[in-house]
Amino acid sequence: MELYQYTIHELSRMIKLKEIGVYELTKYFLNRIKEKDSKIGAYITITEEEALKRAEEVQKGIDRGEFNSLLAGIPMALKDNICTMGIPTTCASRMLSNFVPPYNATVVEKLYQNGAVLLGKLNMDEFAMGSSTESSYFKITKNPVDPERVPGGSSGGSAAAVAAGEAVYALGSDTGGSIRQPASYCGVVGLKPTYGAVSRFGLVAYASSFDQIGPITKDVLDCAIVFNAIAGKDEFDATSSDFKHPDYAEELNNLYNRYCCENECIKSGILKGIKIGIPREFIDDGVDEDVRKAILKAAKIFESLGAECEEFSLPIMEYVIPTYYIIAFAEASSNLARYDGIKFGYRAEKFEDLMDFYKTTRSEGFGIEVKRRILLGTYVLSSGYYDAYYKKALKARTLISRDFNKAFEKYNVIMGPVTPDTAFKIGEKTDDPIKMYMGDIFTVPVNIVGLPAISIPCGKDRNNLPIGLQLIGKHFDEKTILKAAFLFEKVVLE
Amino acid sequence: MSVNLDKAKLDYLREKYEVAIGLEVHAELSTKTKIFCSCTTEFGGSPNTHCCPICMGMPGTLPVLNKKVVEYGMKAGYATNCKILNFTKQDRKNYFYPDLPKGYQISQYDLPICREGYVEIDVQGRRKKIRITRIHIEEDAGKLVHDELTHRTIADYNRAGVPLIEIVTEPDLSSAEETIIFLEKLKSILQFIDVSDCKMQEGSLRADVNISIRPKGSKNLGTRTETKNLNSFKSISRAIEAEIMRQIMEVENGREIIQETRRWDDEKGVSYSMRSKEEEHDYRYFPEPDLPPVIFNEVWMERVKSSVPELPEARKKKYMKKYNLPEYDADILTSSRELSDFFEEAIGEKSRTADRKTEGRGESKTGKYENNIAEVATTVNVKAISNWIMGDLLRILKDRNIEISDVTFSPKYLAKLVTMIDKGVINANTGKKVFEKMFDSGKDPEIIVKEECLEIITDESYLLEIVKKVVEQNPKSVADYKNGKEKSFSFLMGQLMKETKGKADPQLARKYLIDVINTL
Ligand SMILES: [Zn+2]
Repeated sequence: MELYQYTIHELSRMIKLKEIGVYELTKYFLNRIKEKDSKIGAYITITEEEALKRAEEVQKGIDRGEFNSLLAGIPMALKDNICTMGIPTTCASRMLSNFVPPYNATVVEKLYQNGAVLLGKLNMDEFAMGSSTESSYFKITKNPVDPERVPGGSSGGSAAAVAAGEAVYALGSDTGGSIRQPASYCGVVGLKPTYGAVSRFGLVAYASSFDQIGPITKDVLDCAIVFNAIAGKDEFDATSSDFKHPDYAEELNNLYNRYCCENECIKSGILKGIKIGIPREFIDDGVDEDVRKAILKAAKIFESLGAECEEFSLPIMEYVIPTYYIIAFAEASSNLARYDGIKFGYRAEKFEDLMDFYKTTRSEGFGIEVKRRILLGTYVLSSGYYDAYYKKALKARTLISRDFNKAFEKYNVIMGPVTPDTAFKIGEKTDDPIKMYMGDIFTVPVNIVGLPAISIPCGKDRNNLPIGLQLIGKHFDEKTILKAAFLFEKVVLE
Repeated sequence: MSVNLDKAKLDYLREKYEVAIGLEVHAELSTKTKIFCSCTTEFGGSPNTHCCPICMGMPGTLPVLNKKVVEYGMKAGYATNCKILNFTKQDRKNYFYPDLPKGYQISQYDLPICREGYVEIDVQGRRKKIRITRIHIEEDAGKLVHDELTHRTIADYNRAGVPLIEIVTEPDLSSAEETIIFLEKLKSILQFIDVSDCKMQEGSLRADVNISIRPKGSKNLGTRTETKNLNSFKSISRAIEAEIMRQIMEVENGREIIQETRRWDDEKGVSYSMRSKEEEHDYRYFPEPDLPPVIFNEVWMERVKSSVPELPEARKKKYMKKYNLPEYDADILTSSRELSDFFEEAIGEKSRTADRKTEGRGESKTGKYENNIAEVATTVNVKAISNWIMGDLLRILKDRNIEISDVTFSPKYLAKLVTMIDKGVINANTGKKVFEKMFDSGKDPEIIVKEECLEIITDESYLLEIVKKVVEQNPKSVADYKNGKEKSFSFLMGQLMKETKGKADPQLARKYLIDVINTL
């Protein structure tokens, strides 16, 4: 096995046993990026110098026994909408192509406290608006599984970097599926935490009431390890929750010990009492045949572990796409108003007056998809249209929440595919935004309701492309979906 | 106005119409830190030094609501008889302007902190209720400064994120005079409850004025205009008068009033149309997703409510009724919270001064002496204390250009001083000297008097000795007095006081002087 294939927990043990040094490991990944990234295009910025300096510091810290985190010395990378002090944070936009934040996002501070080593900043759809990473101002990222295909989006760079072994793990952000869908397309694990579980401070806002930062990793245990480090209340984010998070990695390790015991009876009953609901709308005609088969096969695996799986009807699914896009665009139109060329970011060079300055700056600074969303968002908030669109969408949001919460009275987990299909070809959907938006149907309800959901690989389709399984949990019940995903992964690996 | 009309004609036209004026008053709150970050709210400072990534609206930053701002908003509501719901939320008001860092202002739209209150004013001997529609909290914007030298406009974001309350009234005011009376009252209330310093010259109190006219007796309100850029009570008053006459002339000339926003030019004394109704911004308000709604619990609401002090009007009444002070005194003593608190502590009135421990400001200087109130409360000469405050104290403050909060001596010392004069321990002239020494040193007047031997001389033999000495040294004056020249007696008294450094008991001295002269 090559070094890039190792997980956080494996590398951490090697570092601890001094089988490998942090500097050496960092250098290895930097070399691998140099070698691979010209073909993948996952990185916007590579912070080689800082990474090597940091690696030396962290190694010293480890030698002095200052870190007790599994993340100490592990090289990672961040989606380029997560602010890093002194390091460009571009949101893959011309608008912020020259922006260097004077502060770190809270998640970055937390990872640094855990001894993380930053390799660089990862490509994405411009301002996280898109599902393919094709709307980046800088470059198109290719899917490491099949370079002719998109890695998904908007955290396409994050998923591609992890899948290609250009970082041990990465952080992404998920507003309507932007962690789960690329994780699914690239065959890696992605967690979208409960809204409020992870601080949004320092995450450049797209749609504030949906945005959430989460890990993209090689396996479920890694996912739990990173989530441990970034979850928790932040005094700089009023929407972050003071929920007392358990040690998710420890929960999984305890589970593994039970799972590994020889007693077959325990093994086959390990998920006893867990009820999994599969909404019929998640596996209906609109879903690719191979994807549906993989999901039904996954249900069988869960049943073999003692869980009860059952199909049920969730008719409210009909409204999730318009509800999501109206609210997201409305918030985006306001969130992106600060990019006016006055204080930071791109500014027009030639202009006549103030109004012209705004128009030219924003026309030249934003790409087409961002402009489309700002215009639509402005429209739905305008007087005369507010009630028909935005207000109605808020009402629908309440109804969708109600129906999901009702389903959770019966089920511990709601299960389905992450997307109706697998990774599509580069350029295939760029001319058809509606088609692109419809691909988010299974991921957006999770953001509308603020639930946690994990995406894990559950097989391949006829083109040998990864299929993603989505497990949705109750608010702040990451523990249950992580456990279920962890056991599923173990069974599939055997 | 270009039309030449004589005053009689103008008065006649003015009489034909009724005026309805409503206000939107912005007051900067005197919290120590800004509404969504921990930057200072202090006025001044070099451009862009009271800023951080949050109040500059940099990418990825988030607002966190300063709880004090909510409390101050509630206090303003309680002091203006508003209803306060136990639930409030923030909204975004979207528009582009270079002084607005985020491209939106965080304000409140449909769920303001306070609603449906009123303030009573006295107009020409009559009480009038001015209804408050709502009070909401919001953030201030930065400032644009035009540099005449370089012809460039520079943005200063020091003010961005300073908390404001916006107080909106119903159109219940009917003249410039009433408007100014109302604003003076509102200002004194806000200052009294310590939520705003209301310094118009620093822009911490600003008002936009909505004006409409209608023929007398007509029930329907006319079309209103809004006038902005009013920076002093004087400019508000002038702008209202000008706008009323402008509207009257429009109507008299058969034109319709257009709903619009007008900008007042104080130098020229004229307003200009800024934008018509059609050109008004569509602010696209929507709930602020970065801030969860604020839900008040009963205990908190009660605590805030009880921290609202007795208002100036109630205090004024109390001073007149309970202490028999003239209205003139009561007005001056309630002209500021500091002065009123000082007076109350001096006379031993149980006030709520202990609640003045406001955020960041710590204990007020005058609040420290509260424990000692009881001992002076029963015997104190209230009118004399009032006279001292209105006279010597305010004069010294004015001469030295300092504030009442800079006073270092305890208010109860003033009561002590007054009592010492009343009891004849020192005379009034000495009292003035002691007062100045007390002002400078903060010392107890009793100690000052003792240290400097300033007690009135009542020792008869000593006094008699001095009287004899004065009479001996001034035979001519004595003779003149004996010959009926009253003035000479005053001279002799003066000499006597000079000899005793003003400490002689005047009555006793007078008696001895007459006695001694008569025995000659
Ligand atoms: Zn600040």
